[in-house]
Amino acid sequence: MEHVITTLPAFGPAMPEILLGIGAIVLLMFGAYGRENETRIVLIGAIILFLVAALVILGDEAGRVETFGGMFVSDAFTRFMKLLILFGSGTAMMMSHSFIKQEGMERFEFPVLMILATLGMFMMVSANGLMAVYLGLELQSLALYVIAAFNRDNARSSEAGLKYFVLGALSSGMLLYGMSLVYGFTGTVAFEPIANLLANGETPIGVVFGLVFILAGLAFKISAVPFHMWTPDVYEGAPTPVTAFFAGAPKVAAMALIIRILFTAFPTMLAEWQQIVVFVAIASMVLGAFAAIGQNNIKRLMAYSSIAHMGFAMVGLAAGTETGVRGVLIYLVIYVVMNAGVFCCILLMRRKEGMVESIDDLAGLSRNQPMIAFALAMLMFSLAGVPPLAGFFGKFYVFMAAVQAGLWPLAIIGVLSSVVGAFYYLRIVKIMYFDEPAEAFVKPVPGEINAILTVSGIFTMFFFIYPAPLLVAAQYAAAALTP
Amino acid sequence: MTDGNILSLITFLPLAGALFIFMVRGDTETVARNARRVALWTTSITFILSLYLLWKFDPTTADFQFVQKIDWMGGAITYHMGVDGISVLFVVLTTFLMPACIAASWDSVNVRVKEYMIAFLVLETLMVGVFCALDLVLFYLFFEGGLIPMFLIIGVWGGKRRIYASFKFFLYTFAGSVLMLLAIMAMYWEAGTTDIPTLLAHQFPPEMQTWLWLAFFASFAVKMPMWPVHTWLPDAHVEAPTAGSVILAGIMLKMGGYGFLRFSLPMFPVASADFAPLVFALSVIAIVYTSLVALVQEDMKKLIAYSSVAHMGFVTMGIFAATQQGVQGAVFQMLSHGWVSGALFLCVGVIYDRIHTREIAAYGGLVNRMPVYAVMLLIFTMANVGLPGTSGFVGEFLTIIGTFEVNTYVAALAALGVILSAGYALYLYRRIAFGPLEKDTLKNILDLNWRETATLTPMVVVTILFGVYPKPIFDITSVSIANLVTHYSAAIEAANMSGGGALMRLASLFSGQ
Repeated sequence: MEHVITTLPAFGPAMPEILLGIGAIVLLMFGAYGRENETRIVLIGAIILFLVAALVILGDEAGRVETFGGMFVSDAFTRFMKLLILFGSGTAMMMSHSFIKQEGMERFEFPVLMILATLGMFMMVSANGLMAVYLGLELQSLALYVIAAFNRDNARSSEAGLKYFVLGALSSGMLLYGMSLVYGFTGTVAFEPIANLLANGETPIGVVFGLVFILAGLAFKISAVPFHMWTPDVYEGAPTPVTAFFAGAPKVAAMALIIRILFTAFPTMLAEWQQIVVFVAIASMVLGAFAAIGQNNIKRLMAYSSIAHMGFAMVGLAAGTETGVRGVLIYLVIYVVMNAGVFCCILLMRRKEGMVESIDDLAGLSRNQPMIAFALAMLMFSLAGVPPLAGFFGKFYVFMAAVQAGLWPLAIIGVLSSVVGAFYYLRIVKIMYFDEPAEAFVKPVPGEINAILTVSGIFTMFFFIYPAPLLVAAQYAAAALTP
Repeated sequence: MTDGNILSLITFLPLAGALFIFMVRGDTETVARNARRVALWTTSITFILSLYLLWKFDPTTADFQFVQKIDWMGGAITYHMGVDGISVLFVVLTTFLMPACIAASWDSVNVRVKEYMIAFLVLETLMVGVFCALDLVLFYLFFEGGLIPMFLIIGVWGGKRRIYASFKFFLYTFAGSVLMLLAIMAMYWEAGTTDIPTLLAHQFPPEMQTWLWLAFFASFAVKMPMWPVHTWLPDAHVEAPTAGSVILAGIMLKMGGYGFLRFSLPMFPVASADFAPLVFALSVIAIVYTSLVALVQEDMKKLIAYSSVAHMGFVTMGIFAATQQGVQGAVFQMLSHGWVSGALFLCVGVIYDRIHTREIAAYGGLVNRMPVYAVMLLIFTMANVGLPGTSGFVGEFLTIIGTFEVNTYVAALAALGVILSAGYALYLYRRIAFGPLEKDTLKNILDLNWRETATLTPMVVVTILFGVYPKPIFDITSVSIANLVTHYSAAIEAANMSGGGALMRLASLFSGQ
């Protein structure tokens, strides 16, 4: 390992991260030393930065490359996940553009924090050792705690930030404890050496404990049951674009991290972690489906919806196969795109007196704004998994993997809970289409929100016509992970 | 136009019409007028195209025809369309009923006409697709996709309890279908494809067949609907607008029967034979029990809905008798029920549009002021009863004969249903049409206008024509059905040769081997 210290590591594979890091600092300086109120420019700069990062990732065609002493990895899997994260973060950034102005939280730190959170997620995705994992996770989490409480004059927003921080710190503690156990019993923090050690001989009981703690800590990040309690409160309290952000990119990053750890560090312990993942998946799907029925606040409802969706994604993971990983990747892409569309609609729920969040306020949207109601209805059907919309294909591929692996109880409980879940998605359609109209929302719709909603709606509706590109890309990414 | 893609044309033409209506702009009145016209033209042209399909159809082969196959979801899952003797008539039935639905909604639907017509055209695409799809995933897409427009049709344009009915409809059918989806995946991993012709030739292990059969049964039994999972149907039928009821009764119920014929029987023959007693029992209960329930209904639509459940009992019975007559009869019964029940719902719609109630007690003596209507209603009522000379007779008769060969008791009990159906149908007719015209609300009621006459006349024609001369339908279906029945018996024989009867297989299933 001496050469790591004496010679410079290769920076090339980490180009997107370096770009985001430098970009964040430059924009921070610009905001701090620029003239009054440069938020708009910083925000646009951040979006351009994301676009450049996306181009850099797209242009990278190398195979699997490790650097920084094997702690950092770049391959097709990381590129796939990073692009998805950029999409999630980018859309959340665009959504916040008009919101932060209207709500009086127009400060340049906001976009900068989002870039830093994204940088943390990139690190999580590319981490190839436990230290790198923790580094990325904390960078992401600390930035997220701050933007959850960004609307600092609002008690609910501050409460959300605080709750998120306290519980997040707890989960980080568990994660760290698990990591130290694994390190203590294997003597290394890098993923492949851990796997090699475990492959030769007995699995020490300490590593099993460590794995459980690590999974618990990461389950918190994707808000899987039983570590989901923070989700509804934080989703409800945080400013809406921030909620949109929380529901998308960080989950992708955490899921990528779980996949990476389980498949490269603990592939020999499949039997152990499969039980945990199956339990967590079933619990998340069932709780997400039943708990959402009673919700009247659309953000809380989406919180339970996201819990259920993470459960569905984990169905693919539970299979423990390449097909399963492919299913998870497809699921995440479809989920993130649908989610962006739904939150656009939530952002449009604004009356003269301010934002409204009750689902009853959607009443009669089909007459006041037929196109938006139609898009939201299609997104709801898609979230419920009704064919031929995109959401169906997400579920199709994860359950396909579960069936292949013979996980029948998981598959049957999963599809049945999707029927229960359909009930509350249909309820939103019912309120928009069947109920008597309520007061209309404020028009006009900001252009950027309209654009995201259109992209999301078209993707959701017409995915079935030409699904091949996503399927092929996901296949390629999943294959990179499981050599 | 080549014959290779005519099925896709028939399937997606209505969708194109829907997109066209979607683009129509202007004030409400103009949009509504244009939407109606475009919808009527689109459905009519689709019907004519499907007639061309029928004309080009070669009834001497059991192979799939007009086949089109394109890469779709990478590798094993393809866009594969085609029809054989069993499915081609359902395609034509669908396209035949659609123009009638549009015409029936001409005046009675006044709110959100544009959305209404779009929903119906999208629904037509999905329904035709169900009967043409030759890939399981594609089939599932069409099969389930139909829930979205139907949910909206019931929920937006339905009656008082529309919300309850629409939710019940959606959740019942959705719950049934997701299990079928898992079975589809299991079949994919077993056979390596979801291509229906390939799967038809594939032999699934007997234990696996049992589970797959049950999963498909969960979906089709709900859709059919069979007792005891029929309870969504009366609600959905009563609350749906007239045209929605026509589609539900005329076509959507047939998807269940079609599914049994396309998947359960040929792909899982051993399991089908094992479970045939169960299906017989459920069918007989459906026939007798729902006929009795129909007898005491106060609501016209509900009565017809229950009678639909009873008639579908004949279909399931005939299918699982798995004899040439039984299956022929089941297919014929489905087609005949398609236009007869559709026409009955249209008839209810006619008087509902005038008096705005479906309560039977609110009518009486209509024959005095509506002679033409009374005659037409009589013909459809008789067809519903199964009077010889109407198309209703042929199907019921054949299914009973077909079942008689297999199980005498079932056939005898089912014959009770024929008597009961005469009971409730004639009782309904007497209460509506006969007697003195006493009610004030009915004093000024008008007979059928030209649009309603034009809608109902074709159905009168087919009811009587195929009642007297059913041969054209048998000509088309017989080869495919003979092929199905032969394969089925061969598979059963092979399974029995290789040891173990039904009980043995069930025992080994539960002992986990």
